[in-house]
Formats: sequence, C-alpha cells, structure tokens
Amino acid sequence: MAIRKVVAQRYLLAMALAGVAWMFIFNYLPMYGLLIAFRNYSITRPFSEAPYVGLLHFRAFFADPNFPLVMRNTFGISSLKLLVGFPIPIVFAVLLSEIRHSGFKRVVQTITYLPHFLSWVILGGIMMHWLSDIGLINRLLLEFGLLDEPVFFLAEPRMFWAIAVASEVWKETGFNAIIYLAAIAGIDPQLYEAADLDGASRYQKIRHVTLPGITGTIVILLVLNVGYLLNTNFDQILVLTNQLNIDTSNVLDLYVYRVGIQSARYSFSTAIGFFRSIIALILLISASVTTRRLTGHSMF
Amino acid sequence: MTAAPKSLRRKKHLTSFDVANYSMMIVVCFLIVYPLWYTLVHSFNDGTDTVLRGPVYFLPRLPTLENYVAVFENPEIVAAFGVSAARTAFGTVAHVSFTAMVAYAFTKKRLIGRRIWLSMGTVTLFFSGGLIPTYLLVRQLGLIDSFLVYILVPMFNFFHCIIFMNFFRTIPVSLEESAQIDGAHEFWIFTHVIVPLSKPVLATIALFNGVFNWNDYFYGVIYINRQTWLLPIQTFLFRVVASSQAHAMLNIYSHGVVRVTVTPESIRMATMMVTTFPVICVYPFLQRYFTKGMLLGSIKG
Repeated sequence: MAIRKVVAQRYLLAMALAGVAWMFIFNYLPMYGLLIAFRNYSITRPFSEAPYVGLLHFRAFFADPNFPLVMRNTFGISSLKLLVGFPIPIVFAVLLSEIRHSGFKRVVQTITYLPHFLSWVILGGIMMHWLSDIGLINRLLLEFGLLDEPVFFLAEPRMFWAIAVASEVWKETGFNAIIYLAAIAGIDPQLYEAADLDGASRYQKIRHVTLPGITGTIVILLVLNVGYLLNTNFDQILVLTNQLNIDTSNVLDLYVYRVGIQSARYSFSTAIGFFRSIIALILLISASVTTRRLTGHSMF
Repeated sequence: MTAAPKSLRRKKHLTSFDVANYSMMIVVCFLIVYPLWYTLVHSFNDGTDTVLRGPVYFLPRLPTLENYVAVFENPEIVAAFGVSAARTAFGTVAHVSFTAMVAYAFTKKRLIGRRIWLSMGTVTLFFSGGLIPTYLLVRQLGLIDSFLVYILVPMFNFFHCIIFMNFFRTIPVSLEESAQIDGAHEFWIFTHVIVPLSKPVLATIALFNGVFNWNDYFYGVIYINRQTWLLPIQTFLFRVVASSQAHAMLNIYSHGVVRVTVTPESIRMATMMVTTFPVICVYPFLQRYFTKGMLLGSIKG
C-alpha cells in the first residue's frame, strides 16, 4: 500500500526531495558543523578526531577584550537603524500618498525604490569619494564655514554609526515604504469621504483615518524588525569598515569573518557565530510569538 | 486609491501643505539621483581635468568616452563582467526553477512526509549554521575556486519557497485535474500548466534573485581564493574601492595602453556606472511585479 503510494507520486516526491536534499546539505550540515564550537577543529584532520574542549571557546569569547566592544557596536548600530530607519518610511509613505498627481507619484516611487537595487560596493565607492577629505561633503561644509579643516569622515570612529544609519536610510527608505503604501491604498475610501463630509482637514484625515488604517502593518513590521535586530547588514559594514574606524564598526558578523576567515580560527569563530545564532533565535521566536498573539496568524 | 475620492479632491486648490509636500518629494528625489548623476558626470569627464581643475557638478567639462574605452580595454574588468553576467543568468534560472519546483511539490497535501519537509524548511528561517560552518562545508564539497559555488549555494531559499507556495495555492485546482485525467504526471503539470500561469511571481523572484546575483560581492570575497579570474565585477570593485588595496588599483589599470587623460578615479567611476547600468535598465520594467511580489511575500492575512 505504502509502496504503491510512493510509486503513484514518484514525480511529486522526487521534486520535493530535491529541495529536501538541498536543505539537508546547505542548511542542516552547517548546523551540525556548529558542533566544532565545542572542539578544537583544524583542517588538517577530520572533524571527528578534533579534541573535545567543552565551552572553552565560548569562555574565551566572553573574556575577550573585543567582546564588550563587538556587542556594543552590534546593538548600537542595529538599534539606531531601528530607531531612525523604522519611522522614516512610514512618514514618507504617508506623505507620498497625499500626492494627488499620479504621474508625479509614480516618478517619485521609481526614483526612491532605485537605491535598494544598487550594490553596497557601488554605494560604498560613492561614499568613499564624497566623504573623503577632498570630497564633496567637506567642500560644502568648508564653504559654509561649518568646518575649519577637512575631515576624513570614514576614518573617524565617532562618525561611523551615523554614516551606517544615514546610508542605509538613503538606500532603503523608498523600498521599505512600499508595504505602507499598499496598506494605505487598502484603506476604505468611504472613510475619507465621510471625513470630508465632516469637514476634516488634511492633517485630521492623516491623523484619524490614514494612521489608524496602517497601525496593524506598523506593529507587525516593528516586531519583525526587532526579530532581525542582529542583522546589522554585513554587506554594508564590510564595505565601510577600515583600520581607523574598527573600534566602532566591529560588529558580531564582521568579527566572525575576521577571526574565522582571515585568521582561520575556525572553532573560536564558530563559537561566536553560535552565540549570535542563539540570540537571533530568541529574538525571532519572541517576535513570532508576539505577531501570532497580535494577529492570530503565524509569521511565516 | 479609487477614482471617486480623487475626482472629489481634485476640485480643491493646492494648499500650502501640498506645496511643502511636493517640494519635499523633489528634494528627496534630488538627494537620491544626484550622487548617481555626480558619478555619471565624472565617468564622462576627462580624468586629468577632474584632478587639475576640481570636480564637475552638473555636466562634464571636458566630455570624453576615454574612461569607458579604458574600462572595456582592460581584460580583467571585461572578464569580471563576464563572470557576473554568467553567474546572474545561470544562478537566477537555477534558483527560480528549482525553488518553484520544490514549492509546487510542497503545496500538494498528498505529498508523503509533507509536514516534516515543511517544518524542516521553517527551522531554516529561524536558525542557521552561520558563516564559518557554511564556509567549511563549501570547502569540503570542493566548491572553493569553482564557478558552481555561485549556482549551488544560493539555489534554494525557504522564504522564496513560501512566496511561491502562497501563489500556487491561488491557482484553481480544476486546471491541474483536467491534465491529470489525461494521464500527465506532476512534473509535466508543473512545467506546462503551473509555470505559464505564474509569470508574475516568477518575475518577482527572478528580479530579486537576479539583483542579488548581480550585486553580491561576498561570495567572491570568501569562496574565490586563487582563481581570481572567477571574481565577479562587484568583488573586483570591492577590492579596488573598499580595501587597503586601493593603491594596487594603479597596477590593475596600468596594463593596456597608457592614457594621459584617464586616472584611476575616472576609470573607477566608469566601472561603477557600467556595473550599475544593467540594474537601472531592468528594474523599472519589473516594478509592477515586485510591488505585487512584496505583498505576496509579506505576512499572510
């Protein structure tokens, strides 16, 4: 009976198992590989022969002078991105939806979505140029007397968080507004008509119709963003980091990369990565439980 | 927005709010376009002129195509573009067709072990082995310094799988049933019935994955060690732009004809423009797809 069922759906099963095999190799084997965090792995001998060392690498990481720095940078940059980068697309979407000229609106949308599709390497190249000591920003600031002498912004540890946040806002605001624009478009037009009849002003309509209409979307996205708090955007950080700003740009992902790939300390860096995955998991599960409670639907 | 309130509103005059709002939108657009325009202008300006007389702001002062000629005469840059193009073409086709195929199988309730496979996928959304174990696996598989790393490693993604599944569920079952009665197997139904009906979602995922494949530089950074001819253009630019190897740029560009009007900076601008060009060209045409796709992929219900 079971065999007949397998034969009957052999094509279907083959299609599904191809995906399962991929997940097994590329998702599950690395999860198994996390166990090298508890061993002293080196590439010269097989995994099973690596001596077991327990929590040694975790303890080493917590005692590492870089530990507090890396944690501060990770949470500092991501919280700042959340604090600044989260509300801006909402404001942008609300204002854009108030534009009546649909052609103008479409042009603005096309332009503001564009940076999302540029690579961080390109954006990094432009920033390197603009923020250099002879770059456009310095020229402008010197011209207006806001600076006495040129500053190489990317070499200033104090500036790094601001640069990371600002460049991400530049890149993602338009794209992140899409979902709010859709939510606003889904608001029943009769609500606006009723507000018109009641003599509501523009501001009152935004305040009492638009914003309540998208509150659900805002809350869910906020929870999701908290769930992904540890994603400091490694693509961006790796492009913008350098020896001079490393004190403020060294986030967990970057530290894992530098220790693991560049210095080949596989077990130690895997322990750091494991630690990161655990925190990420806790954040994501809390986010998922919260959304389920708020909406009655699961997150995925 | 529907037509009714729009026509109602149109009768009103522009208020000060409108003026402020339109102006602000124009400022926002300027802030986004200008950095790109600035790069474009410099890529068309004589490199030595830029160095001697300072930056140009709106139009090239000494217009020239020399920077682009220099880019296309540099064999390493041309090869890197080739790698990027090949990786984007093959990688995107592989990702979209493979993920869609698996997603279609996963939507069938009769699939043996369906719940297990789906929970297996859900776990990957929450937890991953992370950078180092993945790197070590790729090395064990012998994919370091191999073109296949660009195809196999990003070939599947459970999040995209969910987006496909949500779309496939909206296709009426009756269409498949008639094919099934004619004796067609599931793979035939997938390629001949489902795929033609799923163009919007296929285009959306293809756009996202295509842009990822074209823009990604990190695979080249960690998975390509010795075979530098396998580096995509983004990794090539990353080495030139972001790393301490900036001075090596001169060496990179110096073979080929020595050009007096060209500087490393002006070639860099031109390379950046050529790298950005395909993305800028493709994306406005697919805009309606990704707006739809974003909503498909966002939270259900």
